Amino acid sequence: MEKAALEQEVRQIADSWKGKDGNLIMVLHQIQNRYGYVPRNVSLVLSEILNVPLARIYEVITFYHFFRLTPPGKHTVSVCMGTACYLKGGPELLGELEHLLCVKPGESTKDGQFYLEVVRCLGCCGLAPVVKIGDKVYGGVKKKDISGIIAHYSKEAEAKAAA
Amino acid sequence: MAKTVFIKDTAITGKDRTRDFYGLFLGVLREKGLDTTIQLVRLADMGIYSAGIAVRVLPDNHLYTQVGESDIAGIVESIKTGQPYQPRLTKQASTQMRIVLRNCGVIDPEKIEDYIAHDGYHALARCLTELTPEQVIQEMKTSGLRGRGGAGFPTGMKWEFTRKSAGDQRYIICNGDEGDPGAYMDRSVLEGDPHSVIEGMAIGGYAIGASKGFFYIRAEYPLAIERIEKAIKQCHDNGLLGSNILGSQFSFDVEIRLGAGAFVCGEETALLASIEGKRGYPSPRPPFPSVKGLWGKPTCINNVETLANIPVILFKGGEWFSKIGTETSKGTKVFAVTGKVKRSGLVEVPMGTTIEDIVYGISGGAMSGKSVKAIQTGGPSGGVIPKDYFQTRVDYESLQKMGSIMGSGGMIVMDEDDCMIDIAKFYLGFCVDESCGKCAPCRIGGTQMLRLLEKISEGRGVPKDLEQLAMISRAMQKASLCGLGQTAPNPVLSTLNYYRAEYDAHVNDKKCPACKCSKLLSFLIRQDKCVKCGMCFKACPVGAISGNREKGYVIDQEKCIRCGQCFEVCKPAAVLRQ
Ligand SMILES: Cc1cc2nc3c(=O)[nH]c(=O)nc-3n(C[C@H](O)[C@H](O)[C@H](O)COP(=O)(O)O)c2cc1C
Ligand code: FES
Repeated sequence: MEKAALEQEVRQIADSWKGKDGNLIMVLHQIQNRYGYVPRNVSLVLSEILNVPLARIYEVITFYHFFRLTPPGKHTVSVCMGTACYLKGGPELLGELEHLLCVKPGESTKDGQFYLEVVRCLGCCGLAPVVKIGDKVYGGVKKKDISGIIAHYSKEAEAKAAA
Repeated sequence: MAKTVFIKDTAITGKDRTRDFYGLFLGVLREKGLDTTIQLVRLADMGIYSAGIAVRVLPDNHLYTQVGESDIAGIVESIKTGQPYQPRLTKQASTQMRIVLRNCGVIDPEKIEDYIAHDGYHALARCLTELTPEQVIQEMKTSGLRGRGGAGFPTGMKWEFTRKSAGDQRYIICNGDEGDPGAYMDRSVLEGDPHSVIEGMAIGGYAIGASKGFFYIRAEYPLAIERIEKAIKQCHDNGLLGSNILGSQFSFDVEIRLGAGAFVCGEETALLASIEGKRGYPSPRPPFPSVKGLWGKPTCINNVETLANIPVILFKGGEWFSKIGTETSKGTKVFAVTGKVKRSGLVEVPMGTTIEDIVYGISGGAMSGKSVKAIQTGGPSGGVIPKDYFQTRVDYESLQKMGSIMGSGGMIVMDEDDCMIDIAKFYLGFCVDESCGKCAPCRIGGTQMLRLLEKISEGRGVPKDLEQLAMISRAMQKASLCGLGQTAPNPVLSTLNYYRAEYDAHVNDKKCPACKCSKLLSFLIRQDKCVKCGMCFKACPVGAISGNREKGYVIDQEKCIRCGQCFEVCKPAAVLRQ
């Protein structure tokens, strides 16, 4: 996107928060909602619009686990490692996913289809162990279920669904 | 008059006497010639625990507990007449009591009319029309409510301090960061009854003289955020937020701010920094937020559950509330009982309920075939409580005496398969990850402790390591800047205290009694039990098992990565894990 168009888009996002104290985190949330991560050129534009140094923006982005500096894969696979899920087999699920997708947490697959991450408690501990793909929560997951769940979101499956 | 009688020995320790008692009961029935009309059934589970022999008569639905031999005749007589046998009659009072969760699952959280129909906003109206802010604070003090976010500070006092601090602007904040991994009470309240939290905040705002409130909610709870947003809008439409609420002089509004995945932001000073749009670094107290808080103004921070209690207290009176619970801990507490337990879920009980009642009585004890080993409360800041101490009553002081804390209400049940060193390592790892890095004791001490625990769990520990752990713990407790570092050693200290033998086994014998620490395990095929089916051979991912269906199989210890797959697939349990 060219700078002018980008600037307009970012301005639109930032405008509703302009002038409010402590707005930076809220604006970053909206930016990540829009782009899936916080691209550097957006931060540059934002720094101008909000009149805060770029360093301040990066200081905040890097402190909070929630914000990402690189684009995530198409589907975010979140493995819960909260206490309940940890005790009930979260680590095995993570191992299986690492093995199947050939990535470590915080990485995307080569085809850009999946982004694997570890999260702390999704607030549905009663269903432990929990894996979330996109917005869909899978509860009581067993190691042997993983490949089936993942297959559902693969490129091939999507191509089939589209056809 | 066909009736059915259920029998079960509900004592959790000792020999199961169900069968013996069944025989005695049947004898009496035969004697009276009733054995054909009354059916006697032994149950495996009756949903009642630790109540001696329990007997339930249907269809009369009379329940008797602590039944002795001498009661049988009386019960049989009562079955004939249909009148209950008074001496052992028990009302199956659910030990649960719903104050905080009163509306959850009862009303439609997206409809303000529903909330109002369930006495919602009546307390706010009462405060605005009948009570001065000082009287509201007095009512809170009478109630004895203490903060549910962890520290248990009396809410009335916190409000009074904030009110008395000089300032042109004051704030009230709802702490909805719910950082304890494995707990979700606050989420349930925000999603299931958002208006009660808003009402609690508005009352708090009135009491402390704040015109503005903030919700700080973790971004991982999108539905909670959506519900609160909707609820705020409904309040605006109904004149319950904004200027001159309900025609009074009081104006109050709230806004939402989102967390962004940092545990330390649940700590109040870090939370303030985060709302101000900065890194969530904590700052030293004093000055306390009630004196110098958000943007330097007096600020009161209350937890979600604390706030959800407030409308009820001001509706029914502080006096009423103070009658629930124990001497020092009033009201109820919501626990998220999770982990290796039969019925995991939210449980709300009066303070002073025993752990046994919660874990066995309400949540049904361990999952089938296992036995409970301990619980953990207070999340990464808390400690474990072994099964032998389950008579402990849940209140702030008792849990603290046990080396744990009430915390926000996570209650994780662990069974015999859980290794205490592994648990300590898990929690400490969490704190190390989440340490903001500002102060050295927490940043360095935590990492050092984690290394020691890793060393121990990998069988490289030496006895001196245990002393070292205790020493670093003390330093962290004393010298850390905020609650995170001060309490991070708790899971280690409490497991060291109660499960020293388990630590010793790892260090001295290089064994993990719970068979969890993979580096300390070895797998062997017991030739006497092996049926030579070859399942293990197929399951082994690294080809460490050799042999064939005639000669049987052996595991090459050099190649074995101790993944446990052979152990899992072996039907006749011929794989020995030790
Ligand atoms: C590391 C740390 C994390 C905390 N996390 C939370 C939290 O997630 N939710 C919460 O309500 N309180 C949390 N607290 C406690 C808050 O600092 C504060 O005491 C509480 O919100 C006050 O509310 P209350 O008086 O209603 O309990 C945390 C404290 C520490 C030290
Ligand atoms: S621990 Fe996984 S959802 Fe809570």
